[in-house]
Amino acid sequence: MTTQEVRLCGLLLQEHYGEVVEKVGTHLLRNGALMLRAIAHETSTPLDLVKKSLCVLIQHGLCGFRSGRRGVEYHLNGERILRVLRYPRYIYTAKTLYGDAGELIVEEVLQRGHMTMSHAVRTVADRLTHNMEEGCSMDYSEVVSAFSRLVETHFLQRCPSIAEPSATPVDAVPPVPVAVPTLAENHPDRYTLPQISLKGRGKRRLSSEENEGDERAGKRARLDEDHSESSGDEGIYWQVNFDRFHQHFRDQAIVSAVAGKMDQTSSEIVRTMLRMSEVTTTPSAAYTQPLSANEIFRALPPSYSISRPVLEQYLSLLVDDPVRLLLLLDCGSDLHKALANLARATLESVVQERFGSRSARIFRLLLRKRHLEQKQVEDFAMIPAKEAKEMLYALLSANLVQLQEIPKTPDHAPSRTFYLYTVNPLPTARMLLQHCYKAVANLIERRLHETKENKRLLEKSQRIEAILASLQASGAEPAQLTEVEEMITAPERQQLEALRHHVNKLDSSENQVDETVFLLESYINSTMNTR
Amino acid sequence: MAAKGRGRGIAAFTFNIEALGISRASLPEATLGPKPLFPDVEYKPVPLSSGEDEEYMLGLKQEMRCTMKRLPFNVTKPEEKAGVERYREMYAQANGKGKRNEWTPEVKKEPKISSSKEKEELLDKLNDLEKKDEKSDEEKGEKAEENEDEDKEEAEAEEYDEEEVEEENDYIASYFEDGDDYGAGSDDNMDEATY
Repeated sequence: MTTQEVRLCGLLLQEHYGEVVEKVGTHLLRNGALMLRAIAHETSTPLDLVKKSLCVLIQHGLCGFRSGRRGVEYHLNGERILRVLRYPRYIYTAKTLYGDAGELIVEEVLQRGHMTMSHAVRTVADRLTHNMEEGCSMDYSEVVSAFSRLVETHFLQRCPSIAEPSATPVDAVPPVPVAVPTLAENHPDRYTLPQISLKGRGKRRLSSEENEGDERAGKRARLDEDHSESSGDEGIYWQVNFDRFHQHFRDQAIVSAVAGKMDQTSSEIVRTMLRMSEVTTTPSAAYTQPLSANEIFRALPPSYSISRPVLEQYLSLLVDDPVRLLLLLDCGSDLHKALANLARATLESVVQERFGSRSARIFRLLLRKRHLEQKQVEDFAMIPAKEAKEMLYALLSANLVQLQEIPKTPDHAPSRTFYLYTVNPLPTARMLLQHCYKAVANLIERRLHETKENKRLLEKSQRIEAILASLQASGAEPAQLTEVEEMITAPERQQLEALRHHVNKLDSSENQVDETVFLLESYINSTMNTR
Repeated sequence: MAAKGRGRGIAAFTFNIEALGISRASLPEATLGPKPLFPDVEYKPVPLSSGEDEEYMLGLKQEMRCTMKRLPFNVTKPEEKAGVERYREMYAQANGKGKRNEWTPEVKKEPKISSSKEKEELLDKLNDLEKKDEKSDEEKGEKAEENEDEDKEEAEAEEYDEEEVEEENDYIASYFEDGDDYGAGSDDNMDEATY
């Protein structure tokens, strides 16, 4: 993990789980896998606090454990921590797809890490009832159906459960756990709903069950395979399937890109194709399933009643498009290409916003033509020589453009060497990704700074609001209310308003930087997978 | 022979600047020091996209931040007990805010429950004692700290505290023993202040 990533992870952990967890977490991130005692000693935190923090981290799927040489070693999953930034986006997507019940289910599962289905259903039903009018209450069956739909479309999945140790437990060497992504074998089991009967279960037992398993066995491996110990609803915990959400975001991005480039109908066609291959495509596949034109025709939503020949025309358009989204042979979508194009568009827009449209023109030129000499750049971009040089050097110093030397003679004499400008998309994307992480970390720090500076004012306003609320609840006269309200002076009100505005802006920026982060991350991951 | 730079032409470059198409005159001046921390941007950044979606997500984010702080997953370090805030902490614990600190991943749950019962008993006892006697804040502090300990140690501490308090000032303790006279009728018809 890079410095920026570690810094950002630390800030996120601190915001959501407190300082102790942050300390333990950053220490683990910096030093790899460590044993329990080592963590306690090096961070000089009491052992029980370290245990608590590790439990919290494991509960949320951020930390894993395996048996090391001398005992159990814990390691932190840094990438997973960075997902925390994206939680609002997941929740909002669930809302658009499955309504309020779906939104609340995903929110609850995200907040608690792992949850049993019955617990989730009950909590969500309570929350929905709370928001409804007096007298109405939310039926469990609606929430259950929303939950089932989420599971069927793979947005929620079962957590891997603890396997029974076959050998003697504590003193023997614990079995080496299999790495978690063995999804293929468990595909049927991962998404099967349990037969639940909604009996009462306490909230505490969720964490304590997990913890008991961890503490008692201590070194019990978590295998994917044997979770046949599911008895009723207990022991079956559900977690959010982030890969599926990412797939969905990626599809959304592709569809909107197609809509922007062509028209609405072609984007609908692409959306239909992607949806049909949703469940069958693994997240890191390069191509979706091949589909025949017939299938697409049948699967189109009825509102888009286009005739068969028109569909064929659209398909041929998409195939011939230089973006190369569709391949004619198999009629599957080239997902890696799509991601690469999206990432490239992101890079181009970054250059445009920072350096101006003419530099962006040079950048695009270099992306398409790969290697160009100084003179050629000037000619192709149709920009006067002097300015072209300045722009090229500005891009070079910002590391967005690289210089490639091609010597003519073995002694690399400068006068007899070609100097070619080039852009490497992958390293540039990585660099921009690090910039994004740094930007988000800066945004968070600035927000914390702002709230800290105005802490006194914020507390005062909170107290006054509490007083107002209690007065109103006990039915006071308007005169009293206005008197209490006037306790905040007008300049203080302005200050509060400005503060709120700033904090909202900073928060909103974090969300939107995260969209860029998602695109770049997907591109980098897909490229690394194909190598 | 290649490195003639020292003798003459100190400002000679290692590459052929004509091949790159720049002249010496067009080079920018040498920088003297690190770049400024917040350099001026030439182009104004794109404004944030603000639509219904973004505002909703903003609300979600802020709500989530609030709720995460209240969940038991937010592990807080038990603060070093200062001498002062004893009162509030006692009531806060009685209200049930202390439940957060009670969640520890222990295998055996039973002793935990009984110790919390002990805590409640102690708190009740303290409340009673508080009504009867006049105590200093320090005493309460030490009592609240010893939640986990047994009663007799508690009693010892009580006695010890009383002694300590007695020795601290010059006042004779008997003057301040609240018996029946404490606040009972001493203020009636008296114009001068009581000391």
